[in-house]
Amino acid sequence: MLFGGVIGRRAHWIAVPALFGSFLASCIVFAGVAGGATYTPTLFPWIVAGDFETAVAAYVDPLTGVMLLVVTGVGFLIHLYSAGYMHDDPGYARYFAYLNLFVFSMTMLVLAGNFLLLYVFWEAVGLCSYLLIGFWYTRPAAAQAGKKAFIVNRVGDFGFGLGVMWLWTALGTLDYGAVFTAVDTLPTTTATGIALLLFMGACGKSAQLPLHTWLPDAMEGPTPVSALIHAATMVTAGVYMVARSHALFERSGVALEVVAWVGVATALFAATIGLVQTDIKRVLAYSTVSQLGYMFAAVGLGAYAAGIFHLVTHAFFKALLFLGAGSVIHGLGGQQDLRKMGGLSSRMVTTTITTTVGALGLAGLPGLAGFFSKDEILAAAFHGGHRAIWALLLVGAFMTAFYSSRLLFLAFYSGPRMTKEAAHHVHESPGVMTLPLWVLAILTVVAGVAVGIPSEHGTRFARFLAPVFPVHEVAHGGGVAMMLIAMAVIVFTAGVVLAWFLYMPAPVRAEAIGRPRNPVHALLLNAWYVDALYDLAVVRPLFALSTFCARSFDVKVVDGLVNAVGRVVVAGAAGLRQIQTGYSVNYALTMLAGAVLLVAFLLAR
Amino acid sequence: MGVPEHYYVALSAILFTIGVVGVVIRRNPLVIFMSIELMLNAANLALVAFGHRFGALDGQALVLFVMAVAAAEVAVGLAIIVAIFRVRRRLSVDDLSVMRW
Amino acid sequence: MSGAAFPVVSLGPLLPTLIVLAAAGLVLLADLLPRRGGRDLLATLGLVGVVGALLATLWRWGSPGRAFDGMVVLDGFALFANVVICYAVALIILLSVDYLRRVGAESGEYYALVLFATAGMMLLAAAGDLIVVFLALELMSLSLYVLAGLFKRELASGEASMKYFLLGAFASSFMLYGIALVYGATGATNLDRIAAATAGRGHDPLLAIGLGLLLVGFGFKTSAVPFHMWAPDVYQGAPTSVTALIATGSKAAAFAALIRVLVVALRSAQADWTVLLWAVAVVTMTLGNVVAIAQSNLKRMLAYSSIAHVGYMLVGLVAGGVPGAGAVLFYLLAYTFTTVGTFGVITLCTRAGEEAVEVGDYAGLARRHPVLAATLGLFLLSLVGIPPLAGFVGKFYLFGAAVRAGYVWLAVIGVLNSAVAAYYYLRVLVYMYMREPEGAAAAWAPSFAGGLALAIALVGIVVLGVMPAPFADLAQAAVAPLLR
Repeated sequence: MLFGGVIGRRAHWIAVPALFGSFLASCIVFAGVAGGATYTPTLFPWIVAGDFETAVAAYVDPLTGVMLLVVTGVGFLIHLYSAGYMHDDPGYARYFAYLNLFVFSMTMLVLAGNFLLLYVFWEAVGLCSYLLIGFWYTRPAAAQAGKKAFIVNRVGDFGFGLGVMWLWTALGTLDYGAVFTAVDTLPTTTATGIALLLFMGACGKSAQLPLHTWLPDAMEGPTPVSALIHAATMVTAGVYMVARSHALFERSGVALEVVAWVGVATALFAATIGLVQTDIKRVLAYSTVSQLGYMFAAVGLGAYAAGIFHLVTHAFFKALLFLGAGSVIHGLGGQQDLRKMGGLSSRMVTTTITTTVGALGLAGLPGLAGFFSKDEILAAAFHGGHRAIWALLLVGAFMTAFYSSRLLFLAFYSGPRMTKEAAHHVHESPGVMTLPLWVLAILTVVAGVAVGIPSEHGTRFARFLAPVFPVHEVAHGGGVAMMLIAMAVIVFTAGVVLAWFLYMPAPVRAEAIGRPRNPVHALLLNAWYVDALYDLAVVRPLFALSTFCARSFDVKVVDGLVNAVGRVVVAGAAGLRQIQTGYSVNYALTMLAGAVLLVAFLLAR
Repeated sequence: MGVPEHYYVALSAILFTIGVVGVVIRRNPLVIFMSIELMLNAANLALVAFGHRFGALDGQALVLFVMAVAAAEVAVGLAIIVAIFRVRRRLSVDDLSVMRW
Repeated sequence: MSGAAFPVVSLGPLLPTLIVLAAAGLVLLADLLPRRGGRDLLATLGLVGVVGALLATLWRWGSPGRAFDGMVVLDGFALFANVVICYAVALIILLSVDYLRRVGAESGEYYALVLFATAGMMLLAAAGDLIVVFLALELMSLSLYVLAGLFKRELASGEASMKYFLLGAFASSFMLYGIALVYGATGATNLDRIAAATAGRGHDPLLAIGLGLLLVGFGFKTSAVPFHMWAPDVYQGAPTSVTALIATGSKAAAFAALIRVLVVALRSAQADWTVLLWAVAVVTMTLGNVVAIAQSNLKRMLAYSSIAHVGYMLVGLVAGGVPGAGAVLFYLLAYTFTTVGTFGVITLCTRAGEEAVEVGDYAGLARRHPVLAATLGLFLLSLVGIPPLAGFVGKFYLFGAAVRAGYVWLAVIGVLNSAVAAYYYLRVLVYMYMREPEGAAAAWAPSFAGGLALAIALVGIVVLGVMPAPFADLAQAAVAPLLR
């Protein structure tokens, strides 16, 4: 970034090849671990305090290999795409600097060999997201969204930090290998506590209830950033962490249950909101939250391979969808409102085809990647005896099919609703942007068939990860399996058809789409009012407290607080009135009071 | 040798308390400053009394140091007070409350 | 004390302090010379003195010594504190040169007073006797009182000076009375002899009162709640370079003396002061962080922030033992680099001819001065405790020591506090990167010396953050002999 002035327009000549290089390196690493080997190279000792010692060390096994490929591969495609998407932006070099930093942090997060290093890059990823979401800092909404992402993440990180500390006091080590072998010696309650604290961090990073509010707002960043955050990097960190420390969660048992149910709740909750959003990126954002819920449900059920598989396929089709949406926005000159789109299929052929593939992948069209990975999760829930979870996830799948086809119809296939001059400017994106779209579309098509077909011993993907995760031998009885697949297909078809009936009969009136028709609709449009609730319950009281402590002598503030906080505080306010008045005499009195307290305490001992 | 030394200690405690009260209730920086001096001298009295009890000289020696420090403090303190008086033309610590909260 | 033999004084342990004092004398003399090229000569002299003291400190490393019958103890602990102090003062002198010239407050006595204060700090860290503690504290404080009022024509500066002086003298007299009572209870002022006299003794009211009054004095110098109230006003009103000195050097020295007095002399009362400091730590960090949120003046905000950081350091003292005390020493080093850097950026920023001290003054700084903004940003992130910067590792050691000593709740409160703290530090970042200035924008007053100081501080926080192990080992080795 320091060389921004020098490089300027040509920043991508450094950033993009760098990413490609790291992608190639990841491939080599991947080939190394393909046989199931595990490497733990140590770079240098980092913090040494007495009997505590932490090194900067890596931990590489098949899970790491898969994550590396996804992060650097999808990251590379998004870099490439950005070179086209951001080419007019004055902050071009800064953008690529942040982007590279982000991918670096995420790579290190995946490679980290102990919990402390994981925590360090966990924080670094949060910081980068803050920088990138607030990239267009001249927009107040973007600045606000960046800050919100950071602060909500800090709430989660606080739990994560505590979890790591507790783990250290309980086991005396933070190295993955040592922790996972020693985990069986932990009392169950301790394991539960630690696991839940770690999960709190995962909730923040992976936008699970109730810490999901930052992610939809994060849409204020440039679209490729949304793709990177949502598909390839940040949000998957939570899933990765839970899968990585599955030994700990299994030791607890209760924690796994919690993970599963939080996942299910989030999957349903976010899907309902996604049904009615009118901003193309917000639909995708809530869809991400929902799909992450699926992943957590999977790992919570013990189907780690299925969860990670869904993570991978989701990375492909969600990156594809975001980049497609970006292409649409680019072509429409910045328009993000679904109500003002429509009829793009004839004008942007490539974007239409690829985005359709992505949306169908998300909806679960049989044969595409999303179908297989979602089916794995549903099957795991069904065979694991969690019929309630299975049913709820099925409902979620229905909603997924509905909102993804709704997006498709509204944007591409229904009649055009944009203004004349906007329609005039619609154009296809340049090749540097469409190439990543094609690659991702192909991946979405083949990934499922290539490694996701279930067999007697689980999918190929699961067998690859077998050295990391215990494979749960479940009877994939022929009849039951067929029934499950049939259910998934029915649900998919129902969702698409319903969307067709609601949104295809032309002409759809623009203003009719986003208007709240009844209280339920309004509730969903406003995302269940969670943000408003947080504002009321957390943000305002904190501000009030701060102002109160600093200027409590001010009668007006005290009066205002009577309404806000209540009579209890006012009783204490009489004493606090004198605080920091500016009068030396009051300072001296406070000191005297402190001295009397100290001496009285010491005498009383 | 009629007076036992814990009388001196009690007297020093009383002097110290008077000094503290003076600092807290007066508004004129000069008077506050004099009260602080009173507190220092109360400590001196206690040091001398304790030194006498232990029959050692280090208490008395400490008093000499304290007196030197107190003298330096007077010089600095008066300089600060004069400097402020030049700007403000009034002498009350309550005027000095531009910065607060 | 018997015999009339002339005492043999070994001045070796005093060498670093003597160098600084000599430099101070030279500065006073040189100030009388007819002036040709401004006062750069004085700054150079001061810098040479401090760097000389630093070299002398490093030269004495590994060879602890005592002078004046154990009144001055230059052990590893004092040497480590000396390093912290010398770095702080050297950086501050570098920052002062152009800052003072710009605000038109250049004067010879400034450098002399800074050096006298430095000598006081170094002596304080090496004090082996309560008399020396008192004398060194006064030497340091009297210099700082005057420095705070350096801007004679500005009301705020005068007010800061007056408040600092009156309250400081008030606190000192508490402390002196505490010393008198401890002397009365034990018959000694030497720390080792106090330890010997109190070992195995039961509850002694005289000693208890003495300890309480001593803590009042230290509480004031370290600005721990409820003795913190001077800090925001003084930090805001004093010249920024002096604020930096008060926030770093004087705090480090006072903490060093506090650790030595508590763990060496008053070890037998450890159970008492641990409980007390537990409560003080909690109140200090919470109040500091909560009130900082409401501040709009950057210097005042940093004052509350520094109060909060004192709370963190007290956590380490409560945790006790080699890990706890070592963590405090390490934190002092990390905190010094970070804080000097933060205040350093403030000294280099102006807006419409005035010092840029309001948070709003920094709006849009990133656009005009990206390097300066990024520098300030890194310092602030280190204060938040974001890895891999020094602040993170420092907090990690502190809270880690607390957890290991069984004070889990204290660590939890600390971590919670540092989460709250992120809010007000980040607000500055938001202003720098995401707001447009209203009216005139903040500008950078170019300064080679200042830039050099910032670069050194920046390297400091990064090195301490990335490879903290050797420094943490040094800190622990430094405190180990005290705890024997």
